[in-house]
Order: sequence, then C-alpha cells, then structure tokens
Amino acid sequence: MIALKDVLALLDGELLTPTTAPEAAFRAVFASDLMSDVLTSAEPGSLLLTGLANFHVICTCSVADLAGVVFVHGKRPAPDVVAEARTKNLPLVATKMTMFEACSRMAGRVEDGGHVRR
Amino acid sequence: MSVAESTFRREFPVKGGDFAKAGTAACEIKELLKDLGIDTTTVRRAAIVAYEAEMNVIMYAREARMDLTVSPKEIHLIIDDRGPGIPDVELALTEGYSTATAEMRELGFGAGMGLPNIKRNADVFAIDSEVGRGTRLEITIRTNGHGKP
Repeated sequence: MIALKDVLALLDGELLTPTTAPEAAFRAVFASDLMSDVLTSAEPGSLLLTGLANFHVICTCSVADLAGVVFVHGKRPAPDVVAEARTKNLPLVATKMTMFEACSRMAGRVEDGGHVRR
Repeated sequence: MSVAESTFRREFPVKGGDFAKAGTAACEIKELLKDLGIDTTTVRRAAIVAYEAEMNVIMYAREARMDLTVSPKEIHLIIDDRGPGIPDVELALTEGYSTATAEMRELGFGAGMGLPNIKRNADVFAIDSEVGRGTRLEITIRTNGHGKP
C-alpha cells in the first residue's frame, strides 16, 4: 500500500481535490492513457497515472473501482472534471513529471512494481 | 429492495455520438446494483460490461436501448443498437482489432478491447449483428457465487 501523502511527496504533486479522502492509500499502481486498458487490466483500488485529463478518466475510475488519479506531464483537468471527482470522493493529483519519471519513482515504492499479477 | 426479493428491470436509452454523457448509463447501473446489495466484484464486472457497451454505442451506433434485468441469481443486460452493424464479428472479438477514429482514441477509447472485455466479464455472452441494421448483445453475469471471480 502507498499513502496519498507519500504519492504527493514522491511526485512533487499538487492535490487538486483537498476535500477528498486525505487518508487514502492505494494497493497498486496502473499507468495508461488508454481507458480501454484501465477497464481491462487495472486492479480495483489502484492509483491511475495518466496523461489523459478528461471526464472519461473519472467515469472509468468510478466504473472500475480505481481509488485515485495522478495527471502527469503538467496536465490539468478542467474544473468540471475536478468537481465530478469530488462527488465521487476520488483524489486527483497533478504533477509536472513525465509519465516515465513518475512511474520510475512509484515503482520502487510499491510491491511488485505496482503491477497486477495474473 | 433486496435482490433476493424480486426481479428488477430498468431501461436506459443511449444516443450515438453523445460523448458528453458517456458513462451515464453505466454509472447509474453500477449504483443500482450496489443498492440491490450485490457484491462489489460482481457489480464491477457488470459496470465494466455496461460501460464498454455504452461506449461502443456512442462511438459507432446511432442509438441503442440498454435493458437491465436483475433476478436473485443473475444480472442480465441486453444492448440493442441501431447502427452500421459489424461485418466480421469474429474479427471484432479479437483483442486489439479496432476501427476507431483518431478522435475516439484521443478520448482514451478505441483500442480494440471493448467487445473482448465485455465477453471476458460475462458468464454468458451472445452477439448478433446485421450490417446496415445494428448489433444486439446479450450478457448474463451470475450473482449466486458460481460466476467468474
């Protein structure tokens, strides 16, 4: 498990949803810009790292039971996307790091590199 | 209402091309199933099936009706669309095969995983498609503990 506060520290992240679950923790990490891949392979309770910042990210996380989102590479979702995440109590983080750098930092901190073993 | 008490039915209209409302029906279905007291793993499978099917309608069809029926032992979803149909169903069920446009891919979809993922999450999966008319999916997910994990 990795705590939200540790994600923020590791990725020099900004919490876009200060009112959502400050005690949140994630059992795995999944990285993709393809929501199709998230729906196919992400483990419930995972933290999603993505460069996609639209409404479909929030909807996909809600459907597939993901527990938080990091927007990489300086991407920032629109205010209505953030508002939707708040209603679903889904923590959103923004980082200026690239996907590669963010994944590299996270990989050392989660069991099995954060991947789902099937 | 408890799922053990009776059969629950609801219909959800889906409009092709309506990307702004994509996921509305799937999210509503998920909340309904949770309210019915179905376990979270099964609810997740049904929600993924509904979302993938809803996105397929939005991306490719003109309109569709999603019918949800929940009985004590099964979740039953029928997605009946009016659209172009699928010329080669077997090919469309191949992981990675896609006819999606660049616009669809920019939204994070169209990776050719939709139908295969629906099939993977279903206990019973049936598809019937006619070119020029539309496609009908019929999915059953068991809720009695004997379904997929």
